[in-house]
Amino acid sequence: MGKLFAAIVAVIAVVSTAIFVKHLWWMPPDISVLGEGIDHQLMETMTASGVLFVAAQLTLAWFVWRWAGGPGAEGRSIKQFPGGPTPMVVIATVLVGIEVLTLSLVGSKVWAGMYLAPADPGSLRIDVQAEQFAYYFRYAGPDGRFGGLHPDLIDDASSNFFGLDPANDTTARDDIVSSSLVVPVNKPILLTMHAKDVGHSFYVPALRIQQDFVPGLVIPLHFTATTPGKYEIVCTQLCGLGHYNMRAYLEVKTQADYDEWLKSQAAQ
Amino acid sequence: MIPRVEASRASQTGVWAGIAGITMMFTALTSAFVVRQGSGMDWIHFRVPALLYVNTLVLLVSSGTLELARPRVSRAAALGDAMAQGAAIWVAVTLALGLLFVCGQVLAWRNLVAQGLLLASGPSTAFFYVFTVVHALHVLGGIAGLLYLWRRLGQAPAFLAQPVYGAATLYWHFMAVLWLYLLLLLTVRL
Amino acid sequence: MTTPQVRETKAKIAELKHEAPTSFWRKNVFSLDHKMIGKQYLGLALVAVTVGMILSWLMRLHLGFPKFAIPGLSAVYPNGAAGGVMTPELYLSLMTMHGTIMVFFVLTTAPFAGFGNYFLPIQVGAEDMAFPRFNMMSFWVTFVAFLVLVAAFFVPQGAPISGWTAYTPLSAVGKDAGPGQGLGQTLWGLSIAIFCIGQLLGSLNFIATTLDLRTKGMTLARMPYSTWAWFITSVIGLIAFAVLLPACLLLVLDRVAGTSFFIPAGLVISDRLQPHSGGSPLLWQHLFWFFGHPEVYIAILPGFGIISHILAAHIRKPLLGPRVLIGCMAAIGFLSYIVWGHHMFLSGMNPNSAMLFSVPTLIITIPATIATLLWIGSLYGAKLRFTAASLFCLGFISVFVSGGISGFFLAQPSIDIYLHGTYFVVGHFHFVMGVAAMFGIFAGTYFWFPKMFGRFMNETLGKWHFALTLIGVYGIFMPMHYLGLAGNVRRYAAFTDDYMQSAQPLHAFITIAALFTGAVQLLFFINLIYSRFRGPAAPENPWQATTLEWSTASPPPHNNFGDRHPVVYRGPDEYGVKGPEGDYLMQTDPTGA
Repeated sequence: MGKLFAAIVAVIAVVSTAIFVKHLWWMPPDISVLGEGIDHQLMETMTASGVLFVAAQLTLAWFVWRWAGGPGAEGRSIKQFPGGPTPMVVIATVLVGIEVLTLSLVGSKVWAGMYLAPADPGSLRIDVQAEQFAYYFRYAGPDGRFGGLHPDLIDDASSNFFGLDPANDTTARDDIVSSSLVVPVNKPILLTMHAKDVGHSFYVPALRIQQDFVPGLVIPLHFTATTPGKYEIVCTQLCGLGHYNMRAYLEVKTQADYDEWLKSQAAQ
Repeated sequence: MIPRVEASRASQTGVWAGIAGITMMFTALTSAFVVRQGSGMDWIHFRVPALLYVNTLVLLVSSGTLELARPRVSRAAALGDAMAQGAAIWVAVTLALGLLFVCGQVLAWRNLVAQGLLLASGPSTAFFYVFTVVHALHVLGGIAGLLYLWRRLGQAPAFLAQPVYGAATLYWHFMAVLWLYLLLLLTVRL
Repeated sequence: MTTPQVRETKAKIAELKHEAPTSFWRKNVFSLDHKMIGKQYLGLALVAVTVGMILSWLMRLHLGFPKFAIPGLSAVYPNGAAGGVMTPELYLSLMTMHGTIMVFFVLTTAPFAGFGNYFLPIQVGAEDMAFPRFNMMSFWVTFVAFLVLVAAFFVPQGAPISGWTAYTPLSAVGKDAGPGQGLGQTLWGLSIAIFCIGQLLGSLNFIATTLDLRTKGMTLARMPYSTWAWFITSVIGLIAFAVLLPACLLLVLDRVAGTSFFIPAGLVISDRLQPHSGGSPLLWQHLFWFFGHPEVYIAILPGFGIISHILAAHIRKPLLGPRVLIGCMAAIGFLSYIVWGHHMFLSGMNPNSAMLFSVPTLIITIPATIATLLWIGSLYGAKLRFTAASLFCLGFISVFVSGGISGFFLAQPSIDIYLHGTYFVVGHFHFVMGVAAMFGIFAGTYFWFPKMFGRFMNETLGKWHFALTLIGVYGIFMPMHYLGLAGNVRRYAAFTDDYMQSAQPLHAFITIAALFTGAVQLLFFINLIYSRFRGPAAPENPWQATTLEWSTASPPPHNNFGDRHPVVYRGPDEYGVKGPEGDYLMQTDPTGA
C-alpha cells in the first residue's frame, strides 16, 4: 500500500509540474510597461515553488516507500531524523524566510509602481463606469473637461449611461462615451473608476492589471500599453446574474488610428 | 465525589471566555461605528436621552446589591451542607434592578422615537440602537442567569450555589463595565 | 434540610456525577452527553456534505458540459432550469449555497464540533464537557441555523447569488439586485448569525474543559495533539465568530430596516435609485475577512491535530518535535488574525496596507512549513502501518503541500494582481479546505469509528476509498491552477462562445474527475452504514495507541471512564518503547513514573 501511495504521489507531482513548466495553459503575452515586473515575480515564485513542491512530494513518497512497516521490517529498529526537529526549524525559517524577504522586497517595488506611484502628469484620463452588466468609458472631448455625474439622470434608453446633464452643464456636452476602451499605444493612461450599482472589477490579463470598483468611491488606475491589438476586459467581482457576460475590449491603436477614432466619435 | 472546586473554576473560565467573545463583538461594532462616522456625510449628532444616566445608576447599584450576597454565600459554603441564609433576597433585588434597567432603556428608546430619531434615520441613531439593544439583550441573558441562581440558592446547599454565584456575578459586573464603556462612547462620539 | 432541598441536592449531585439518562429523548435527542452531541454534529455534517457535494456536481456538469440537459433538474427547478439547462441565477445560487454549506456546516462542524466534542473530554480525562447544557444548546442552535439556511432554497426567488462571501452592496440592497437577493439573502444572514451563536457556545465549553477539567496528571504538556488543536481552534473561533455575528446583524438591518451600514449613496440598481446613503462596502469586507481568515484556520487546525495524533500511532515512534509542532499550531492561530487584508489587496482599500498584510501572510508559511517538515521527517526511520486512517494522514500531507504552495503565490500582492478572482484561487482553497481538511475528517472517521461504535470499518473499502479519492481530487483541483494562470475568471455561471474556449476541454476534464470522485465517496458511505451495524467487533485499543480514549471501553460508558478517574503519568508520544502490551506505553501506565 505504501508503494502504491508513493507511486501515485510521485507521478502526480512530476506530471503536474511538467504541465506548469511546459506552459500548456499560460498567461497571454504581456502588453504593459509594468507587466514585466509582475511576470518576473511570478516566474521567480514559480521556480522556487516548483522546486519545493517536487522536493516535498518526492521526499514524502520516498519516505513512505522506504520506511514502511510490515513483515519485512520486523527486525529493524526505529530511529529519529538526525538532529531531531532542529534541522526542520532551521530549514523552514532560513529558507522560507529568505524567500519571503526577497520576494517581498522585490514584489513591493512592483506593487508600488502600479498602485502607489502617481500617474504620469501627461496621462490621458478616461472615466470608467461599471454597472450590471457592462462597462462604459468616457473621454473628456475637445474641451478637455469631464461633465458632472447625476445618478438620477441616468437613462439607458437614451444612452445617457453616466447621468450627464448636457442641457445645463456645458462641460458635459462634448463628453464622448464608448463601450470600448480605446487608447493610443505607449501613452500613459489614467482611469478613474466608479460603479453605478454594486461591486465590479476591472481585469485585463494582457495588461497584468486588476482593480475592484467600489460603489461610493472613485478609484484611480494607471497603465501604459505597449502593443496594438484588441484585448479582453473582464469582471472578476461577482456582481449578479450577468457577471459571466460582463465584458468589454481594450483596443490599443497607433496614435494616428486613435486620433482618427476620437474624431469620428466626437462627430456623433 | 463531587468536583466542587472543578465546577467553580470551570464556570469562571467559561464566563471569562464569554466576556472575551462579547468584548470582541463590541470591538467590531465600535470599529464599524468609527469607520462609518468617517465614511459618510450624513452623521446626525444628537444627545443621548438623560434617562440613560439614571439607568446607569440603577445598573451600578445592582452590581452593589449583588455583591452584598457574597459574604453570605461564602460563609455558608464553608459550613458543610448549610443553605446560604439571606443571600437570595439580595439576588432578587439585583434581578429587579436589572429589569428596571431594561425598562429604563425601553423608555429611552421610546423617547428617541418620539423625537423622530429612528433606527433608519441615520447612521448615528442606527448605531445607538444597535449598541444599546444588543447590550440590553445580554443583560436579559444575565437576568436569566440570576433567576437560575436565585432558584439554586433557595433549593440547594450553598456549596452547590457558589459556583453559579461566582459566574453570575462576574457576568453581571461585566455588563456594568460594558455599559459604562458604551455610555462613554455614545456621549463622546455620537 | 427540608425535603425539597434534599431532593434538589441529590439531583444536583447526580447531575454533577453525570448519571446516565434513561428516556429515549434524553438519550438520543436532547442529550447532555458530549459523545452524543459530537455524533449529532457529525451526522449534521454528513447531511450537509451530501447536499454540498450534490450542488458541486450540478455546478460542474453545467460548466463542463454546458449544453447537457441535466435529467430531472427542470422538475426541481422549473424556472431556474427549464429544459434541464441551468440559468445563470440558478448556477450562482447553487454556488453560494455550496460554499456556505461546506465552509460552515461541514468544515467547522465535523473536525471541530464533531470529533472535538466527542473526544476532547475523554482525551483530557473528564467525564463530560464543562457546561453540558450549553453544549446541547450549541448543537441545536447550529441545527436551527442549518434549517434556516436550507429554507432559502424554498422561498420565492430562491437562494442568494452573492457567493458565500456576500459582498455588499449586492447582498445588502435587497431584491433589486437580482433573483435570490430577496428573502433568500436575508435568511442567509440570519442563518449565519445563528450559526455564530452556536459556535460561540461551543467554544466556551472547549476552553473551560481544556483549562479546568483535566484529570490528575494531565498537564497541558501531556495533552494529545488533537486536544491542543481543538483548544487553539476554540480560542480562534471565540474571537472570529464574535466579529461575524455583528456583521451579519448589520447586514440584515441594511436589508430589512432601512439602515445604510454598507450601502453608499447614489446607487442605481434595476433602474431604481436606492434609498440608502453613506455606507461603506469595504466595511463589510473588513468585518467579513477579519472573521474569514481565522475561519479557514478553524477549518484546518483540527486536521493538523487529528493527523498528527493518528500518524504517531501509525509510525510507532514519537513524532518529530512534539512541542515544536504544537508551537506551530499556536503560531498559526495567532498570526491568522493579522492577515485578513490579503483577501482585499485589490479591493480599493489603501494600497499601502497591502505589504502590511502580505508580510505576515508570507510569514505564516514558516510555521506551516515547519509542521509539514516535521510530519515528513517523522516518517524517517519509522515502521509505517498502512491503514485507511494513516493513508488519509499521508494524503493530507501531500495535498496540504499542494494547497500551501499555491497560497504562496496569492500572498504576494504583485502576483495577486494577476491571479485574484481566477480559478487559481479556487484551486488553492479547495486543496487546503475541500481536500486537506476533508482528509483530516476521513482519517478521524476511520481511526475513531471503532471507539465510537465498537465496530471496525472495512479496511479494504477504506483503502480503495483513499487511493481513488487521492487521484480524483488531484484531477479536479490541480487543473484549476492552469486555468487560473490562463486568466480564467471564477464565479462565472457560464462560458460564452467568445471566452476562453481553449480552456473548455480542461473544464470537461475537471467535471469528469469531480463526478468520478463523487462516485468514489459511495464507498465511504456504504462502509459507514454497513460497519455501523455489521462491522466486526472492536476491542478497547485496536490501534495500540497511547491516549486516554483507548483506555476505556468501545464505545465508552456514559461518564467515559466508569467509576474511576484516570490518572496520567506520561505524555501521548510513548511509541517505540517496551510496554506491557507491546511497543508502546499508555498515558495511564504508571511504570517507572
